[in-house]
Amino acid sequence: MASLKVDIVTAERVVYSEDVEAVIAPGIEGQLGILPHHAPLMTILQAGELVVRRGGQEDIMAITGGFLEVRPDRVIILADAAERAEEIDIARAEAAKKRAEERICARGAPGFDPARCEASLRRAMTRLTVAEKVRRRRRR
Amino acid sequence: MPDIRKVKRRIKGVQNIAKITRAMEMIAASKMRKAQERGLAGRPYSEKIQQVIADLAALPDIGLQHPLLQRRPVEKVAVVHVTPDRGLCGGLNANLNRRLAGFILEKKSAVSVVAVGRKGRDFSHRNGLEVSAEFIQIGDHPGFLETLPISRIIIDDYSKGEIDMVYISYAQFVSTIVQRPAMKQLLPVEPAVIPRAENVDYLYEPGAITVLGGLLPRFVEMQIYHAILESIASEQSARMVAMRNATDSANELIGDLTLLYNKARQEAITRDLLDITGGVAALE
Repeated sequence: MASLKVDIVTAERVVYSEDVEAVIAPGIEGQLGILPHHAPLMTILQAGELVVRRGGQEDIMAITGGFLEVRPDRVIILADAAERAEEIDIARAEAAKKRAEERICARGAPGFDPARCEASLRRAMTRLTVAEKVRRRRRR
Repeated sequence: MPDIRKVKRRIKGVQNIAKITRAMEMIAASKMRKAQERGLAGRPYSEKIQQVIADLAALPDIGLQHPLLQRRPVEKVAVVHVTPDRGLCGGLNANLNRRLAGFILEKKSAVSVVAVGRKGRDFSHRNGLEVSAEFIQIGDHPGFLETLPISRIIIDDYSKGEIDMVYISYAQFVSTIVQRPAMKQLLPVEPAVIPRAENVDYLYEPGAITVLGGLLPRFVEMQIYHAILESIASEQSARMVAMRNATDSANELIGDLTLLYNKARQEAITRDLLDITGGVAALE
């Protein structure tokens, strides 16, 4: 079976680099499933969870937006930030979520930027959902 | 005749200095290695983003539509001046500041400075340059996130038309011994001309211009991040070399002083002996 080489890179490091069977990514226009021999594509990603299927297993990662490039045998993801589920700092994500929520509640404060607050809330929630999902799966 | 006790005290003092400079040399060496590793770790991202931008900018119908790619008449220039926060790194700070001064003098248009690092900020204030923003104490290992405010400021100002061209001045890391002050154009972005290896026609979602619009700010952010990392590597290696020289000089001085000390000691002993034998001769 044809395989797909996936590289997930951020400005700081290479997060993931494996041969896989399928990638499911949060595209800006909706979830996006990519199998080998996909047509060349370049798209913007939104914050969300990125699932990589490899040898019957699923690797889940949280990404906070970025770009996805697809070539027939390769997928390259330029992420703003990406973490494997195991790496997520839950306490930090919780704190970020709370901060964003407070700021949204207290809207009208000087320097309030609704778009940025919403974006940071979404980022924190993505991290939490991904971490939660993996934890639950491991317990089973 | 030198005072023996004073010489001894001086030797002690120089020995302590040598110990400190030696420790600083080793710390700088390890920090330099770390900064270099971080620079390398980000390389795949930077190569990829450059290539995609080159591909996109080469598309005939987008060409130069994006504001960050457009050149316009230059009235005001901004320079992001990246310098260390601390001294004790040889001539690095002086060289960086001199390069900035030279650049400003040869520009005909007004220049404002975005100072990153204390040494450059102090220099700019001292010489009455216009400082539009300053970032100090970003530390020895800044994360990508911590460098984002710098890019946000210049991209905002550029988009508002307050500045028409942006350069970044940083310490280019040539080798452990050589660091060169460098000046690079940040905005407008000049897409690298990379020959397209394979002619792939991508589908762009939601559209080529939107994708390009998202990528360009990332590209600027990444360049600033890398310039800062490179400057840190340069700073640390400059400090490493400076501290090694200091340790060598201190050891040399210790040698000279020890010789002086031994000579003085010997002289004193000879004098004492002479006194004793003189005393004995007088008794007989």
